[in-house]
Formats: sequence, structure tokens, C-alpha cells
Amino acid sequence: MTTIAEKPTADGTADRVRQLREAKDDSVSRAEGWRRRGPLLPALIFMIVVTQIPFLFTLYYSTQSWNLVRPGSQAFVGLQNYVDVFQDSQFREVAVNTVILIVGTVIISVVLGLLLALLLDRAFLGRGIVRTLLITPFLVTPVAGALLWKTTMFDPVFGIVNFVLSPFGVGQVDWVSKFPLASVMVNLVWQWTPFMMLLILAGLQSMPRDILEAARVDGAKPFAMFRELTLPHLRRFIELGAVLGAIYLINTFDAIYMMTQGGPGTASANLPFYIYQRAFLGFDIGQAAAMGVIVVIATIVVATLALRLIFKSFTGNEEAA
Amino acid sequence: MSTDTAAAPVESTPTAPETKRARKHRKFSPWSVVAWIVALGFFFPVAWMVLTAFKQEGDAYTTPPKLFFTPTLDQFKAVLDSGIGTALLNSAFATAMSTILVLVLGVPAAFALSLRPVRKTKDALFFFISTKMLPIVAAIIPLYVIVNDIGLLDNIWALIILYTAMNVPIAVWMMRSFFLEVPGELLEAASMDGASLWTSVREVILPLVSPGIAATALICVIFSWNEFFFAVNLTAVQAQTIPVFLVGFITGEGLYWARLSAAATLAALPVILAGWVAQNKLVRGLSFGAIK
Repeated sequence: MTTIAEKPTADGTADRVRQLREAKDDSVSRAEGWRRRGPLLPALIFMIVVTQIPFLFTLYYSTQSWNLVRPGSQAFVGLQNYVDVFQDSQFREVAVNTVILIVGTVIISVVLGLLLALLLDRAFLGRGIVRTLLITPFLVTPVAGALLWKTTMFDPVFGIVNFVLSPFGVGQVDWVSKFPLASVMVNLVWQWTPFMMLLILAGLQSMPRDILEAARVDGAKPFAMFRELTLPHLRRFIELGAVLGAIYLINTFDAIYMMTQGGPGTASANLPFYIYQRAFLGFDIGQAAAMGVIVVIATIVVATLALRLIFKSFTGNEEAA
Repeated sequence: MSTDTAAAPVESTPTAPETKRARKHRKFSPWSVVAWIVALGFFFPVAWMVLTAFKQEGDAYTTPPKLFFTPTLDQFKAVLDSGIGTALLNSAFATAMSTILVLVLGVPAAFALSLRPVRKTKDALFFFISTKMLPIVAAIIPLYVIVNDIGLLDNIWALIILYTAMNVPIAVWMMRSFFLEVPGELLEAASMDGASLWTSVREVILPLVSPGIAATALICVIFSWNEFFFAVNLTAVQAQTIPVFLVGFITGEGLYWARLSAAATLAALPVILAGWVAQNKLVRGLSFGAIK
């Protein structure tokens, strides 16, 4: 059940189709081509209109000096917005926050997810319930989750975190004010660890059992088996989890909006939140758009990596290039 | 395994060798205790939310935190009186409509990219998934301007359209992975028997992929219900969805944890249930079908 999809099905169908197509005469195949395309077109056109056109507008706005507070102020300024953005020290600070938040959350949740997946890859009493409990943080509406962490968990006086830590001499620490970025990250790790666990668990369950069994019979130590057999097999799943996690986490907004509002100052703001502030609270459309374009360019690297991995999992190595 | 139902709430039956291995370990292992403790730890904030929702405000603010108290439904009543109903209805409508639209657009597209593939299948697949890689924030400004210009600000249909666009790529990729599992011999046999394309789709393919459609729908439901960024920027009072409603509770004035917890419980419950039901297919949806 938990295997990476194999390519023969896709390729086989494609080949058969190609042969069929070549065998037929041109006009027939053209009509057939449209019949095949028919079911695809509505979705394709819808997606182009809804996702690509706004982005073209973003590109256009990014060349405009345009503040909504001053109507009629719109004017073409070329790349000035980009220059301004790069000279904006807050933007650099926020960009660093964004990277810390993504990388930190991904690393911690991959490690925790791996440990949890290893715990769950064995049959024990109530494993199904344990898994169900573990995935729940991922399902909870993120806004509700962030609200809970900010209040009932992190509150300095009545919060559970300080209550649990009180035997260790931790007083009434105001976590969210004192460590805003770390607090947001705790919330995100709580939310994303289940995701990593599910992915890695799928990897573990696709491991060929006979190899492990053979290694055991040969007297391999559990840790050696883990390092030499399990980890290499899991590599692909961990990579996929990390890039998908990064792609989803680039859009982090809810947690920051609910827990810290990016504050104090910009100490816990990430790029989506900062752009939101500039656009909807500062009404500076031009600069916000320029930042949006920069974010897109920055994510292309991660996205390319993610796409490669997904294509590879799906269709085999040669098609991934 | 490909035919299991999306409704199976717990782990599927292990394979034979696994069972044998399991039985050997089943006796007692300290690791299963660890697993239970960690799981309860992760679940605790949710459990605490539900517990607090049944408290009086006085019981919610105590040191040490109160585990035992006289439960009350007052907070749920208060929340329901404060207009959560409209937000719940908006969320339900946006979620249901966008999920239907996603299936109407996505399932045929997935079919055209799998069983009867178009010529540039790879390019089309690439395009769909690349739209998920664009940070949403890069599009929000023009979307706001456009939505404002066509008078859809604070209108639930703006969200429905955007949620559909958000979920179509997931549906296309996920459904494609289900279509590719339909055995080719079955289709050939059907067309040999003189079945038209439409008949074989209806009689052979759809029954086989219907668990996949159900799982896809549930995953779209989770994402749409939980979405916040579009909702907070494009709606105000009339069309506000449940996450936007919850924002009202971050105002510093007064402490209303019990009421807040009741609202959060009502907000999160539908998707928690949907996710529990779909948990066997969750990975497949989240990884765009790359992992089964």
C-alpha cells in the first residue's frame, strides 16, 4: 500500500497511445486529440485565468509607485521599488526570519516525525488510536491552534507550559513576548510533525521486510540496520517531506497573525506577514508587489527541487530531468 | 490495498509477515508506552481545548489548572448567540461549493492526463503543480484589486473561486494516481465488448476510483475549511468564514478562554473528523499522489 508509484503504467499507456496515434491518419488523430483534450481544458483554462493573471498584475504593479492613501499617485517608476526593497533593512530582517522559521520548523519536525514514525512502525496495543491522536494537530484549524497556543498554553500566569515547567524552577515566563519567533515555531512544529511522521511512516512501511529479516538473521545490530538499510531507503521520503513542508511553510501567515502580529517590531514577522502589512495596513501597493515578486523568485529554487522529487517519485528518473 | 475504503478509521490490516513479527513483540514493549505518552502529549492541546470549552470562565483561570470541574454548556450557548452560526454556514458553503467545483474540473482533467492522455501530458501536469509552488502572498494584491473591482469583496463566491483554484492541482495529481491504478486489461475488455467510452467510464472506471474521489474531496474540505489568508483579506462581516470569526478572540480586552475554547472546538471539529476519516489517504493527497 505504501510504495512510491512506479512508472510502467504511465509509460506503457503513453507508448500505446503514441503507436495508436501514428497508425491513424492525420485528420482522425486531430479529432481524437481534441476529444482527449476536452476534459482537460476547463480545468486548465480556469487555472490559467485564476492563478497566472493575478501574478502578471503583480509584476506590473511592482513597477508602479502606487499608494492607495494618495489617489492618483500611480506612476511608472521602473525598478525603483526593487531598489527600495533591497535597501529596506526591515525587509532583510524579515527575510532572515522567514528562512529561520522554515528551516527550523522543517528540521525539527522531520527529526521528530522520524522518531515518531519509528515508534509507530511496530504493532502494539492501540497503534491505530495513537496514530489518530498524533495526526490531529495537523488537522486542527491553524487559526484555532495558534489561538490555543497563545492563550491556554503560553500564557505567563495560567498557561500549561509554565505549569508543566514549574518544577524545574521556571517562573512566569511570557513566552510569546519574550521569544516570539520561537513560540511561533513551537506552534508550527506541533502542526507539521504529524505531516512528516505520516510521510516517513509511509516510507517505513514500504520497506521490503525480507531484507530486514535477512539482516537480522545475519546478526546485524539494530542501529547498524537502521543506518545501512532503513535510512537510505527513507532518504527519498525525508527529502520529499522537507521540500513539501518548505513549500507549505513559505505561506505561513495564520500563526504569526494570531500569536504575535509580527511583533515586537518585526521580530517575528515573515515575508507573507510583512507584505500583508505593507499592502493592507500601509497601502503601499508598488513595494508590496515588488516584495511578492522577490518571494516568488526566491522560492523557485525550492519549488524546482520539490517538482523534481515529485516527478521522480511518480514517473521514474529519466522523466524528472 | 488500492480498493480499501476511505472510511476505514484505523490502520489497515498488516501483511502476513508483519503480523508474525508483531505478535512476537506484542507481549510488552516499553516503546509502546513511549508512543502512547508522546501521542497524548501531541494531542493534549486539543484535549485541553475541548475540556476548557466545558468550563465556566472561573474554572479556566486557575493555578494549578483544573482537571475536574462541573461541566457546563454555557460557553457553547454564548458562542452560538454571538454569531458563530453565520461564520459556520459561510465556511460550510464555501467548502462544499469549492469542493464540488474542484471535482467537476479536476476529475475529468486527471482522466485526460492518465487513462486517455493528451499529447503534452507532462507539461500540463507540471503547470498544475507549479501553481501550488507560487507563494499566495504574491497574488493577493491584484486579487484584492480585481475582486474589489468586480464587486465581490466580502462575497463568499470570491473565496469559492480561489479555494477551487487552490485545490484543483491537488485533485488532478491525486486523482491521476488513482486512475493509473485502474488495470488496463479491464478497459480493453470493456472496449472489446463494444462498450462506448462513456459506458466504460461510468461502468468500469468510476466505481473503481470512487474511494479516491471521496478521499480527494475530504482533503479539499480540510484545506478550504482551514484557509485563512484569503478569507481575512477578502471578507469582512457578511462573508466571514470560521477562521476569520476566531480572530475576534485575540482582542486583549478581558479574558474569555472558556468561550474561546468553545468557539475553537466548533471551528476545528468538522475538519478533525474529516481528517480522521481520510487518514489513510492523507499522505497521498499531501504529497500530490507521489506517495501512496
